Amino acid sequence: MATTGTAETTRRDFLYIATGAMGAVGAAALVWPFVSQLQPDASVLALSSTEVDLSLIEEGQIVTVKWRGKPVFVWNRTAEDVTKAKDVPVASLIDPVARNANLAADAPATDANRAAEGDGREKWLVVVGICTHLGCVPIGHAGEFDGWFCPCHGSEYDSAGRVRRGPAPENLAVPPYQFVSDTKISIG
Amino acid sequence: MSGHATFEPKNPALKWFESRLPLVGLIHSSFIAYPTPRNLNYWWTFGGILSLMLVCQILTGVVLVMHYTPHATLAFDSVEHIMRDVSYGWLLRYMHANGASMFFIAVYIHMFRGLYYGSYKNPREVLWILGCIIYLLMMATGFMGYVLPWGQMSFWGATVITNLFSAIPVVGPTIVQWLWGGFSVDNATLNRFFSLHYLLPFMIAGVVVLHVWALHVVGQNNPTGVEPKSEKDTVPFTPYATIKDAFGMVCFLIFFSWFLFYIPNYLGHADNYIPANPLVTPAHIVPEWYYLPFYAMLRSVPDKLGGVLTMFGAIAVLFFVPWLDTSKVRSGAYRPLFKQFFWIWLAVCIGLGWLGSKPAEGGYVIAGRILTVWYFVHFLVILPLLGLFEKPKAVPASITEAVLGKNKGAAPASTGAQAPQTKG
Repeated sequence: MATTGTAETTRRDFLYIATGAMGAVGAAALVWPFVSQLQPDASVLALSSTEVDLSLIEEGQIVTVKWRGKPVFVWNRTAEDVTKAKDVPVASLIDPVARNANLAADAPATDANRAAEGDGREKWLVVVGICTHLGCVPIGHAGEFDGWFCPCHGSEYDSAGRVRRGPAPENLAVPPYQFVSDTKISIG
Repeated sequence: MSGHATFEPKNPALKWFESRLPLVGLIHSSFIAYPTPRNLNYWWTFGGILSLMLVCQILTGVVLVMHYTPHATLAFDSVEHIMRDVSYGWLLRYMHANGASMFFIAVYIHMFRGLYYGSYKNPREVLWILGCIIYLLMMATGFMGYVLPWGQMSFWGATVITNLFSAIPVVGPTIVQWLWGGFSVDNATLNRFFSLHYLLPFMIAGVVVLHVWALHVVGQNNPTGVEPKSEKDTVPFTPYATIKDAFGMVCFLIFFSWFLFYIPNYLGHADNYIPANPLVTPAHIVPEWYYLPFYAMLRSVPDKLGGVLTMFGAIAVLFFVPWLDTSKVRSGAYRPLFKQFFWIWLAVCIGLGWLGSKPAEGGYVIAGRILTVWYFVHFLVILPLLGLFEKPKAVPASITEAVLGKNKGAAPASTGAQAPQTKG
């Protein structure tokens, strides 16, 4: 508007900029709730932890529980499963990182770093049951490595939930969890 | 109505696009160069305000649907879930609920303005009728939206309004059963109302496009009712109407915000925070405020079919106003008698609204009958006769003359012509 020859700033220029700036602030304030409502709401956040009673899981059994809408596998591994997982050299793994939310991000993918922490708890393996390739749920006690086999694209995991073959890039994630008693864990 | 300037793109890419689809040129000629009468007052900003409210309702509505569940057993809780759990859900829902009321406030002002200044007269009949269709669609949309929270008022409002159709002889009960999808208002009713409540706003948007198109063919009316005769009588839409409309919108939004943030439940009913119960009707059932005048008419007639016909007739009569008003003078500003009858009629409408909120007993019913009769007499008797007997005041020769006064008409007219080019 203010282009009729006058190069210097006029009162009208100031008013245009001030009005425009105020309008921009108002528009941003209006957009905020429209974006904010896309977040997980309070009812979803309230469901963000799940408790599992371990005393009901037989030796060798994998139980699937739901945490944040996703399957979590809780496996009471046999001594043989544990030994097999321990014998694998970390250097030979596709993904040498533990992917354990309870440990440091660069912890190596040893069986001890994958399984539950503490005396006599190493038989417990808790992993998110989502293939790290494209999100399918792998089938337990299947595949060449006695862990999981993903029916979608053939990824295979061992008895510590580590990826051993196929397109999946990472080990099955270990969710944050803790023992609330000797026989009960709380995931999340 | 050719514009003050035509759109000629300089940018080669825009030129290429414009020769294939003249979209920017259409926007330019409709909202930038479009000549608007220079004497439009603030009552003319409500068209823009209504467009803003339609956008507001569609945006908040689309977001609410992301959190709402249209099922008889879940709908009420899902609305409470929006109010308590969803981030800013309370704000979005109050915006939508109060936005509906604001939409109706604006549409009523818009309609009263059209009726006062004769905006329905030749050549704007189609424009007026399209507006009436939008109003009807708004009523249907508002009604079905009020059903969705599935509270007591939702449920019994739906029951009463759908039962209106049972008054139709022979086919009435069948129609009602089709509306319900059962033998009472229930889940099937809620589902189809939800579907239509989502559909109708887009139909409104479509008719709004026709409404604006028709407006741009015949041009805007103005407070004098005299058509623009020369370039002196008009100013370009941008910046004049744009800035004025924007200022009107800001003021309206302040009014809206007052309801939204301070009295968000003022226009609602406490009973609608009680989940729908098909076995108990609330003691005092009233529709939303914007239907109250029609509700009062419905109750004034002591006959089922008669009441329903009166109610629908009150809206139907609006479609015929262009032909019921026989006066040659367009604007009410130059019609001394019409002016008085207009304000009486406006008071009658407000009176009917007030009566609609009162219980249907004693003096309220009698008053309702008198005002209902007057409402129809105004359109069917007073308007046709006024054109024949009223002696209108002298109408100015042009808009410019009306704005600048007769004596100054000659000299400052050139100032008026330059006004659009004045830059600061």
